[in-house]
Amino acid sequence: MSAGVDLSQFYETFFDEADELLADMEQTLLAVDVDHPDSDQLNAIFRAAHSIKGGAGTFGCFGHLADTTHLLENLLDALRRGEMSVRKDMIDLFLETKDVLTAQVAAYRNSEQPDEQAYQRICAQLRELALEQGGEIPAGAVSAPVPVASSQPEPQPAIAPATAPAAPVPAGGSPYRVTVKSITPKDAQALSDEMALLGQVLHRESSPDSLSIWLDTTASAADLEAVCCFIVDAMQVSVVSEAPPADAAQAEAAQPAQEPVAAAAAPAQESVAPAVPSSPSSEPSSSSEPSSASDSSRKKAEKSGKESSTIRVGVEKVDQIINLVGELVITQAMLVQTASTLDPVLHDRLLNGIEQLERNARDLQESVMSIRMMPMDYVFSRFPRVVRENASRLGKRIKLTTHGQATELDKSLIERIIDPLTHLVRNSLDHGIELPEVREAAGKDPEGQLVLSAQHNGGQIVIEVSDDGAGLSRERILKKALQQGFPVNENTSDDELWQLIFAPGFSTAEKITDISGRGVGMDVVRRNIQSMGGHIQLSSRTGEGTTTRILLPLTLAILDGMSVQVGEEIFILPLTHVTESMQPTAEQLHSISETEHVLHVRGEYLPLVALHNVFSVDGAQTDITRSIAVILQAEETRFALLVDHLVGQQQVVVKNLESNYRKIPGISAATILGDGSVALIVDVFALMRMTRTKEGVAGF
Amino acid sequence: MFNKVQAGAQQVDDAGREFLVFTLANQEYGIDILKVQEIRGYDSQSVTRIANVPSFIKGVTNLRGIIVPIVDMRIKFNLEKVEYNQHTVVVILNLETRVVGVVVDGVSDVLMLKPSEVSAAPQFGTAFSTEYLTGIGTVGERMLILVDIERLMTSQEMALVEQAAVV
Repeated sequence: MSAGVDLSQFYETFFDEADELLADMEQTLLAVDVDHPDSDQLNAIFRAAHSIKGGAGTFGCFGHLADTTHLLENLLDALRRGEMSVRKDMIDLFLETKDVLTAQVAAYRNSEQPDEQAYQRICAQLRELALEQGGEIPAGAVSAPVPVASSQPEPQPAIAPATAPAAPVPAGGSPYRVTVKSITPKDAQALSDEMALLGQVLHRESSPDSLSIWLDTTASAADLEAVCCFIVDAMQVSVVSEAPPADAAQAEAAQPAQEPVAAAAAPAQESVAPAVPSSPSSEPSSSSEPSSASDSSRKKAEKSGKESSTIRVGVEKVDQIINLVGELVITQAMLVQTASTLDPVLHDRLLNGIEQLERNARDLQESVMSIRMMPMDYVFSRFPRVVRENASRLGKRIKLTTHGQATELDKSLIERIIDPLTHLVRNSLDHGIELPEVREAAGKDPEGQLVLSAQHNGGQIVIEVSDDGAGLSRERILKKALQQGFPVNENTSDDELWQLIFAPGFSTAEKITDISGRGVGMDVVRRNIQSMGGHIQLSSRTGEGTTTRILLPLTLAILDGMSVQVGEEIFILPLTHVTESMQPTAEQLHSISETEHVLHVRGEYLPLVALHNVFSVDGAQTDITRSIAVILQAEETRFALLVDHLVGQQQVVVKNLESNYRKIPGISAATILGDGSVALIVDVFALMRMTRTKEGVAGF
Repeated sequence: MFNKVQAGAQQVDDAGREFLVFTLANQEYGIDILKVQEIRGYDSQSVTRIANVPSFIKGVTNLRGIIVPIVDMRIKFNLEKVEYNQHTVVVILNLETRVVGVVVDGVSDVLMLKPSEVSAAPQFGTAFSTEYLTGIGTVGERMLILVDIERLMTSQEMALVEQAAVV
């Protein structure tokens, strides 16, 4: 629940994602056949809108975007459920909405406010369409996008005094004093007119080069500043909450208050001046947090700094560099080998050069490798804020714990895991963890636990989202499933029932909130995970909580491996599966049949698998007591693998075998060793299955 | 260690197409030079054996960071003499979707064949099934058997591709 995580570092990613989703949405919209709409297409459009809304909601400061997509989503939801039939004018409106959304994203990207008129117009049209449909639109959906601003005159279309519904608008409108220094008389007039449109001008004081206006308004200080910035420079403006001088005499020793807390006012104009450098902001953003104006200007500065310090590069370019550097390292190793035969005295300078080259090549390889790898922290650090904001909004108490932030994951995977994880976290927040009273009544700690964890586990990366909330409700899912015509009955097992929540359009949420509950979430989550070649598991116990586990394959990831030798061949065992290794003694060995043995280790009987048998290696050690038993664990099964020698531990880059060849039984992938040769990475799960089926090699 | 062939550098024009000529058991074969990426010496140290595969698949090797399977055509076509020495070469083929290395007895030439020098594929047996032949080339006294290497390498009998070949 730590606050203060700077989400702005993720804005760019969100904008890029949103742009892509919008482009997809447009294409799909254009492809929809009005007379025979394809439900896959409608689902796809809906998911795009849902994802954008989810993202915009996470950040909390893209109000227009979230509101517009929310309305769009409601309509699309009705369409895909078949509650509404598709018409051509709807598609036109959706396309127009998409254009407005694109413009909004562009505006947010440039730290500007989106076009207010376009926003109001499109929202009105969308609402009209929703009403016409007569379908029941949840109250929250309609009221959310109606900001306080709509009732106000809008002098500047580009300014939205109430973008974010949660913006801290001083209730009742406490008076503000707007001071502008070094202003020309013409600007002063324009400014006075603008201010008059925003509220009631209580008092106006002007000197030859400065202007002070006391204003009674419902707009926030940041908004006033934003308006001023259309006329004068931000540095010239200061806005403070202060009563007009008529009342000033009452508050003598008061401080110049920045926050609209009370009518505490400073009569002395001079005392206001020092506050000027810290308060102004040229950014017309209205952050949903009661963050001070200086906060947002700082963010902006950081952002502009970032723009110049990063570049976006295609992954294939990085991959090409990685391969070239690998080649360089191998060539360099060859040079070292050749040079080692030279007389060090005669070739002193050459050998020094080669040594230098070796260091440089290693450093280069390391830095290139690190380009692709990112810690899970990149994903996890988004959630404290999501949890904090949603928890307070839902009136829940939630403690977020994260484990394994340092687990490194390939960049392409890490970017694609964000959306699914966000859905899962929101599901837990919204439906999983109960209200404090409910929890207490159930005898649980009123504070709910939400745990995010990541770890490398064998050939896979396991990411878990677990909560100690209410768990899935068997009756609700069963009822809903029967309603929707799924083939289930009273005897269907829990696990099978839980699988249903991954079906498109299935939601058990009692009410649709803007967080989740449309049943689209899990559908999207599963699709995303599957497209990464992973899979998702869900376990839940009513009253005790839900754990969702995402397993991603090791493709693209770096693997900690133990290299072992059998005969003349080197194999890599994933280190996460290795629990220990030992030299078996004759007493520990028990034979079950002529060829099958078990190893008795501390009271446990482990099946023995000889690696040279599995991969038909010649020249391997056949005397079991002279080989090494590596004890491996896969899922819940433990077994001992016989090898000749342990060579060492190292990090290896996983190389796909299928791209030029095909899958090899018992092998998950390959890697390139320091000497340039290829070593195969053993698929421990496949070996485990072998020990179970006892079918030997044919068991693959 | 290896010579590069200027793959793709020569433009195919009306005058004819270029073929890389290799030998298997004293018979010369020609393959479209545009499919050839490079020619390397065979280094058995750098080929990692794969278990439980047909014997003509020698294993996989590291070609500048790419894992490439190596096929020995001599074993595949049951030639009597299969030995590995410093003259053994691997032709690295760049097929449509994959890279494959092929071990042959030797590479002799790059020849330009005009359409008039190519006749229809023979019906008699060669090392290759007639299915993979595109014709017979005649250059002076020499006869080249022209092979559709792409089709051969993606065929099911080569066991290089996961499923039945899509040609």
